[in-house]
Order: sequence, then C-alpha cells, then structure tokens
Amino acid sequence: MRTLGVAAVAVLAGLATFAHSSEAKAAGELTLCWAAWDPANALVELSKDFEKQTGTTMKFEFTPWPNFTDRILNELNSGGKLCDLLIGDSQWLGGSAENGYYVKLNDFFAKEGISMDDFAPATVYAYSTWPKGTPNYWALPAMGDANAWVYRKDWFAKPEIQAAFKEKTGRDLAPPKTWDELKEVAEFFQGREIDGNTVYGAAIFTERASEGITMGATSALYSYGFKYENTPGKYDMEGAVNSPDAIAGLEKYKEIYKCCTPPGYTDSYMGEGLDAFKSGQVAMMMNWFAFWPGLYKDENVGGDKIGFFVNPGQKVNASTLGGQGISVVANTDNMEGALAYIKWFAQADVQKKWWSLGGYACHNAVLNDPAFKDSQPFAADFLTAMGGVQDFWQEPAYASLLQAMQKRLHDYVVADQGTAKEALDKLIEDWTEVFEDEGKL
Amino acid sequence: MSDSTPIQRLADQAAAKTPPRVVKRIRGLSDRAIAWAFITPTILLLLAINIFPLIWTIQLSFTNYRANRPNAEVENVGIQNYERILTDSDIWFAMQATAHFVFWTIALQTLIGFSLAYLIDRKFRGHAFWTTIILIPMMLSPAVVGNFWRFLYQPQIGLFNYIVSFFTGLPPSSFEMLGTVNLAPWSIIIVDTWMWTPYVMLICLAGLRSIPDYIYEAAEVDRASKWRQFWTITIPMAAPFIMLAVLFRGIENFKMFDMVNLLTGGGPGSTTEVASITLKREAFEKWRTGYSSAFAIILFVAVFGLANIYVKALNKVKNR
Amino acid sequence: MSGKSSAHSVVEPTPVTKRIAGAVVIIYALISMIPLFWIFITGFKSPPDSISYPPKIVFEPTLEGYCNLFTTRTRQTPDYIQSLPPATETCDEITRSRNMVIAGASNYLPRFINSVVIAFGSTFLAVALGTLTAYGFSRFRVPLADDLLFFILSTRMMPPIAVAIPIYLMYRELGLSDTALGMILLYTAINVSLAVWLLKGFIDEIPREYEEAAMIDGYTRLQAFVKVVLPQAATGIAATAIFCLIFAWNEYAFAVLLTSGSAQTAPPFIPTIIGEGGMDWPAVAAGTTIFLIPILVFTVLLRKHLLRGITFGAVRK
Repeated sequence: MRTLGVAAVAVLAGLATFAHSSEAKAAGELTLCWAAWDPANALVELSKDFEKQTGTTMKFEFTPWPNFTDRILNELNSGGKLCDLLIGDSQWLGGSAENGYYVKLNDFFAKEGISMDDFAPATVYAYSTWPKGTPNYWALPAMGDANAWVYRKDWFAKPEIQAAFKEKTGRDLAPPKTWDELKEVAEFFQGREIDGNTVYGAAIFTERASEGITMGATSALYSYGFKYENTPGKYDMEGAVNSPDAIAGLEKYKEIYKCCTPPGYTDSYMGEGLDAFKSGQVAMMMNWFAFWPGLYKDENVGGDKIGFFVNPGQKVNASTLGGQGISVVANTDNMEGALAYIKWFAQADVQKKWWSLGGYACHNAVLNDPAFKDSQPFAADFLTAMGGVQDFWQEPAYASLLQAMQKRLHDYVVADQGTAKEALDKLIEDWTEVFEDEGKL
Repeated sequence: MSDSTPIQRLADQAAAKTPPRVVKRIRGLSDRAIAWAFITPTILLLLAINIFPLIWTIQLSFTNYRANRPNAEVENVGIQNYERILTDSDIWFAMQATAHFVFWTIALQTLIGFSLAYLIDRKFRGHAFWTTIILIPMMLSPAVVGNFWRFLYQPQIGLFNYIVSFFTGLPPSSFEMLGTVNLAPWSIIIVDTWMWTPYVMLICLAGLRSIPDYIYEAAEVDRASKWRQFWTITIPMAAPFIMLAVLFRGIENFKMFDMVNLLTGGGPGSTTEVASITLKREAFEKWRTGYSSAFAIILFVAVFGLANIYVKALNKVKNR
Repeated sequence: MSGKSSAHSVVEPTPVTKRIAGAVVIIYALISMIPLFWIFITGFKSPPDSISYPPKIVFEPTLEGYCNLFTTRTRQTPDYIQSLPPATETCDEITRSRNMVIAGASNYLPRFINSVVIAFGSTFLAVALGTLTAYGFSRFRVPLADDLLFFILSTRMMPPIAVAIPIYLMYRELGLSDTALGMILLYTAINVSLAVWLLKGFIDEIPREYEEAAMIDGYTRLQAFVKVVLPQAATGIAATAIFCLIFAWNEYAFAVLLTSGSAQTAPPFIPTIIGEGGMDWPAVAAGTTIFLIPILVFTVLLRKHLLRGITFGAVRK
C-alpha cells in the first residue's frame, strides 16, 4: 500500500510538470476579465486603440454578474492564469490585497507619474485602497458606479395619468424623492392599463445567489440611516444593523416587493430588471448607472421616453456603491503588458473617450470638465450619487458576510419568513460568527 | 455473439483437444504479474484522485483552514466543525429539504416508472420505438436542460404556466413555480421526475421481463385473478429490480446539485437549498474549507452507507 | 378472464389491453418530449418572439439565435450602421437590423471544443484502463477482489461537491486548475469505475476457453488478450465508451468549480449566455440544441445496452 501511495504521488508530480510545460501563453497577448454587461462592450471598443498602438492582442473573458464573483474569486483562489487584468468589484480588494492576488501599484504609479489625485477621491477610496483610506493602491479606478433609478418619462407626462395620480394622492406626479413617495408611485402604476398593456410599479433587485437582493435592499437601508457599526472599525453591530431605522428601511423594501413588482420577479437582478423595463412592463426600475448610456440609446424606451433619478433619500441621501477598479493579477505571465495597459488607460484622453463610449470614467479631467454635467442627461445625477455612496463590508471575509446577508434578506423579503427585526438580528449573529472566526471580535 | 466465427471454432477445437492440466500450467505462467500490471494503473489513479483527497479532507475537517487565505495560520480545532454542523439549524433545514426532495422524487418516479413499464410490457405495436423516445430525457445533461426549465417556468412567458392555465383556467401569471415558497420544492421535483422516470421505468421493465411466463400460466390454471397475480407474482418478482432503481435514485438525488443549482439556486430564501448547495456555498463561496470538509465527510458517510446497501442489492439482482 | 382465444398464450394481453397501454405510453412519450421540442423551436425564434405572451407556437423562423450564440455584438447608432459597407452574411444582416454590429466571435465554440477534447480524452483513458482492470478481475484470482471492486464503485457515488473540495486544493498545488489535463484525469477517475464494472460483465461472458486455446497455439497471455479477448469484447467496449462519453459530456458540478475559462466545458457556459438584459433565450436554446444532438444520436445507438449501462452491469436483460 505504501509503495502504491508513493507511486501515486510520483504520477501526479509527473502530470503536474507536464501541465506546467504545456501551458504557456502567447507573448503579446492580454486577457482582461470583467462582468458581461454594456460597459464591457464599450471597453472592447476602447481597447482597439491600445491594440493598434502596442500590437498587443486583447482577449476578453466576460461573465454575467450573477456568476462573476463566484467564478473570478474561484479563479484567483485556485492560482489560475486566466486573467492578466481584472476589473474586480470594490469588495474584493481586502481579500485580494491580503492574499497577494493583486499587484500593489504604488511603485508603478510613482515611476510612471500616475497620480491618484487625478481621480475623484470617493472612487480612489472605494476602488483602490486597502486598508481603506490608506495610500496603498491595488487598482486604478476604472468604472464609477452607483445604484439609481430610471422611470418612464412618457408615462409620467400623460395628462390622464397625472390627473389620476393627483386625484388618488393629492400631489403631482413626479420622480420620487423619498422611499415613501417611491412606494406611492409604484403602487399607483401597479396593474394599470397603459397603451393597452397591464404595467407594474417597479423592478427591484431580489436575486438570491450572488449579491442582488443585498445591493437592492441596502439602497433602502442606507437611505433610512442603516449603519454597519456603531463605531467604525469596532465591529459593534448590535443597535446599528438592527436599529429601528434599519428595520423600517427593510420593511419598506419588502412592501415595495410585495405590492409593486411584476409577477415572477422573485430572483431578479440587473438583467431581469432591464428586460422588464425594455419590454415596457414597469414604470420604474432600479439598476446601476452603468446601463444608462445603453438604455438612453434604446430604440423602444430610450430617448424622450426615459427619465433618470438618484436613489431616493428618506432620512439621508445615500446610494449603494457599485463600480470597479482595474487591477493586475499577480499570477500573470505578461506583467509588462498588463502594466502598459493600465498606464495607457490612465491617460486623460483615453479616459475622456471612455466616458464618450459609455464607461463611467473616474478621472478628474472628465468629471471636473464644466461640460460634463450636460454631456448626458444622467451625468449630473451621477455626480450627486457618487457624493453619497456607501459600500458593503470590504473585509477579506466579505464573501461570507455577503452570503449571510443574501440568505437573511431573501428569507425575509421573498420567502416571507419571520420579521425584519428577526432577519437583522440573525444577520448580526451570522456576522458576529464570521468576525469571531476572523479573530476580529 | 454467434457460435460460428472462425476464431471461436478454432478455439473450441483447441479447447477440446487440450488436456486440462496443460491449460493450468500455461495460465499459471505470469498471470500474477499480468493481473497486477492490468489492475495497478486504475488503482493508482483512484488513489491519487479519490483516496488521497479523501484523506486530506478528513484531515482538513479538524482545522479552521480557509482556501481563500493561503497566508493565514491554520489551527487545529478538534471536532468543533462537526459539533457546529450537527447543531446548526440551517444545516438541518438543508437536510430536510433534501429529504423532501428525495422522498417525493422517488415516490413519483417509482409509481410512474413502474406503471409505464407495466404498460410497455403489454407489448403493443411499436413499443420498442416509444420506449427509446421515453428514454431520451435521462441521457441529457441535467445542467443544460435544467437551465432551460427556468425559461419554461417563467410565469408570463413560460410554457409550463401556460399549459397549466390552459387546463385549469387559472391566469398563467397568477403563480410562480420557482419563486413561491410552497411551489419551488415541487418545481425541482417535477423536473427531476421528468428526467429520471425513464430510468426507473427501464429497470422495472427488465424486472417484469425477468418473470418467466410459466409462473403466470400456472396461476391461470389455479384460476388466480389478474389482480391477485399482480400482487402475488408481478410485484414480488420485480421487487429487487424496483429496489435497485430506488436505491440508485436515492443516492443520486441525495447528492443532487446541478439541476437545482441552475433552476432555483436554493431559493426562494433557502426553501430548496439541498445539502449539496449548502456545501457549495460553504466551500466555494464562503471558503470555509475546514468546516465544509467536515460537512463533506458527514455526507460521505451517509452515501457510503447507502452505497453499501446498493451493492448488496446489485449482487442480489445479478444472481437472479 | 373469459373470451380468450386459444391462439393466444395465457399471458399474452388482449388486443384491447394492448391498444390502451399503447395509447397511454404514447401520450406520456409525447408529453415528455414537449420541453425538448420547445428548446428546439425556441432556437429559431427571434428574441421578441421567444418572450412573447402567450408563448408562440407559430412564428417566423430566424437564425438570430444561432448568430447570437456564436458572436458578440455591440450596439451602435443607426448613422454608424448606415455608413458601413453592405452586409454580406446572414448574421451581419440580422445583427444590423437590431442596431448592432458583430464585434467578434463568442466563447461558445472554444467551450464546445473543450467539451469534445475533455470528453473524448477522458473516455479513451477510462476505457483503456477499465478494459485492462476488468480483464484482470475477470480472469485472475485477485486478492480482496470484492473489496477492491466495491471501492472502485463507491468512488462514483460520492457527492461531487464534496470531492471537489480537496481536488480544488490539490490542483491548485499542482497547477492543474483550469487545465484540460486536470479535467481529463478527474473524469477518467470517475468513469473508470463504471468502465470496470461494465466491462467485467462483458468479459465474463467471453468463454475462457478461447484464450486458453489460443495460448496453446503459442500465443502469450498478452497476445491472447489482444487478439482474442479484445475483438470479442468490441461491442461491450464501444457501449462502455459511449456511457463514459455521455457522463463526461454532461458533467456540470466539477466543471463549474474547477474550470474558469481555458478548460471550461459547455455545460457551465451555456447558462451564462446573456443578451443585453437577461438571458438570451434563443441563443441559449440554440446552444442547448447543438449540445444535445450528439447525445440523441448516442442514445439511439446505445438503446440495446442502456439498461446494462445505467445499472453498472447488474441487469443484463
């Protein structure tokens, strides 16, 4: 038996050597990994310039959002060599920095004269630094993003609808400023006949598997004054996570889910929301800024028919943060090429073109341009939203923290189990366990 | 296999001429070496890909190791992982969801599968062709086909709701198979039953065909009613085969992952979160490797027990 | 039980029974084919037709789903599209009619090729190893044979996610993550159990006397194995190979956990085909159809051996 064991190890070692030797990537080739969504297509267009300038062949691996986190974190943890460049979510920074999956970019920035002061401070904080707020950079802000809303401007403008709304609520129909108003408007549209079709109030995030319902519900929670900790950095969650404000926010989110979403939107995220909005089923839709350029161009619901509004406040004005920075994967075989791409991407001209193609550049040359606010109908909203963004835990244990929240929220909102208070209480238990395992509590 | 190929004829002749003693002597030559040379590669592969990892899993199950923290210190935590799993209400909920799934899929598949086999065994014209048609779903990829069922179950545009509404008069968008707590467990049971009833049917059919005609003839002579024949001859004689099908489906569905993962992903909430999905979340999303290793070992032991029974049943059928 | 004509055997069902049985079975068969039929026709629908309510059975067929399956597209302004030279291919034309242009090839083809390489590679290895091992168990008195055979079988019974945890760690150490070789080895290890059990049954059925006779004629044991046993077992080997192939072709759990791109097979890829919003159902249906066709062919080829394959050789008919 012992000999067999030794032989088995020998066989494996041989195979491994073979595997290593057979896996060499062509030089001058870069693979960039990101989520499969509108901005990624824009980046393909943008990168054609880089290919022309450097002769590099760009390959792209785009994964739909519901699978993106799972798949890429799996890839990073497995030490795979799929991605040279990665546009990864802000919450991955902690883990990826501590485990050495990303290349630390400080020296490179210094050498190439790339200054983080050229980028909007909120985006540098969120997409580049770990530990948070320290000048340790693991990524270049690539794509600013936050959760916001679109509505059917053409429906809101119909006189008969305005009249009916006024009659029902006593106020004028307008894009909602608070979550109470949002619910009122959604309820008003739910089940109404418009142009011969039955329409519904709002499409919101309810997805279970990855991050959907958390991103959706936190949009309400943050506005109601939800906080992760009483004292930042102390992990004292009792009374913050389950504060009366947080409970009220979560209850409101569930009310909107119950009253005003289209049938079957029990597990829906960005894609399902877009489908609902584009097919003319809903009056309002929650989604990321990233989609607004594409929607504005849409031949059915774009142009004059679409309006945009920032996530409504309730007690505070706040939006759930999206967006990503671009990092170099430490395992890459083409470090030089990957860094050259970042250097190229950081240029002000490229950043301007990036915005014009539909990517949300974070460069001050774009954002501070006086013409920026009027360059797109949603540009001003974007600046407002980025002024009040809040993000989920960026801890290295973020995946466990997120999974716990997904479960507790979906159990309460969609599966109708327990109360909002119970859901948040259980969430504190789950999170406490995670932080205890981490040695932080 | 016909008896008239040249090699066989040659062999038959040679065998007839050879005294048994010679055969033994030649066979004894290097048989031992050949036997080991033939068997060892497979055993080596299984040691490398199955047994070594299994031992590693056992070792990991006593630690707090996390695969996404290569630099963190690994501590030995004794049986703490096992304690936590066995007292975790979420895990017990997952086991209940699994039990519900396994019980109902087996019940439905056995009932429908056996009935179909019984009908096919009436040997109507074209039964061979229709049997092949019925078998198709079980050969397909549960992941790829399961994924498409998500489309069929869409409340407004999906075919399933539309067909149900056609027969019941309910509006198609009035119920959501995948999104409602009461219906979601049944949505996965329906797909599994659609896919695997043919499997049970095929094995039952073999069981029915293994019953010799003369037994029924004797029963006819004794004037036993068809009903009585069914319960005293058909069922008992086919029982080992049914058992085999039930056990195999039990094992397969106990470890069910792909179809459920794509269809509901465990939702809504955790309603359809069967054991494999919980395990996947712990191991590959939360990366609690030590903890999930312990859970994996617990599942191993359960399946191993079932597999043991299965092999016994298998040998029993074989010896018929 | 009266009225039975003497021409029938007592166990032969009456024509009425047969007709009813036939009708019920045919109805079941047709119902069970509906999902597959729906996959097939959805592949030829346009995206708006595919999500229309009520579901459309009559529609104008288009190749859009197949075009979308094999390409990636970007949205452009009508002015830009007008400025392009006229479309030469069908897919170009269809894409442009949706205000989009083809940006490049999608990943479906590479993933499909991965599926082919991994499925055939692992099948070849599993059947080769399985034939040798089955012969060994069939012809020689191997110590602890029953235990070894049980051990071989039980490896296939384990939950894939549980097996994947240590395999993931092991492949990470060995650099086998996301490689075709890693997947081939893994599928070989899983399939070899099925191959051994099935082939042992097939080889058991070949009388030993044939080889012994050949050996008396001067063949060595190995020559006898190659020249006598292998040709005799050819059908069994082919049937076993197809079973292994189907498993490797359909496998999802390991593929989704252990591959991310370079070696990813089609099953984890197909569910991630999305359009501009959610799933691009016609493209998914097209990808599914292409993926399922080989299996349909194999099922028909295998129908005589199916029973044996799915019961690990326990039931031989």
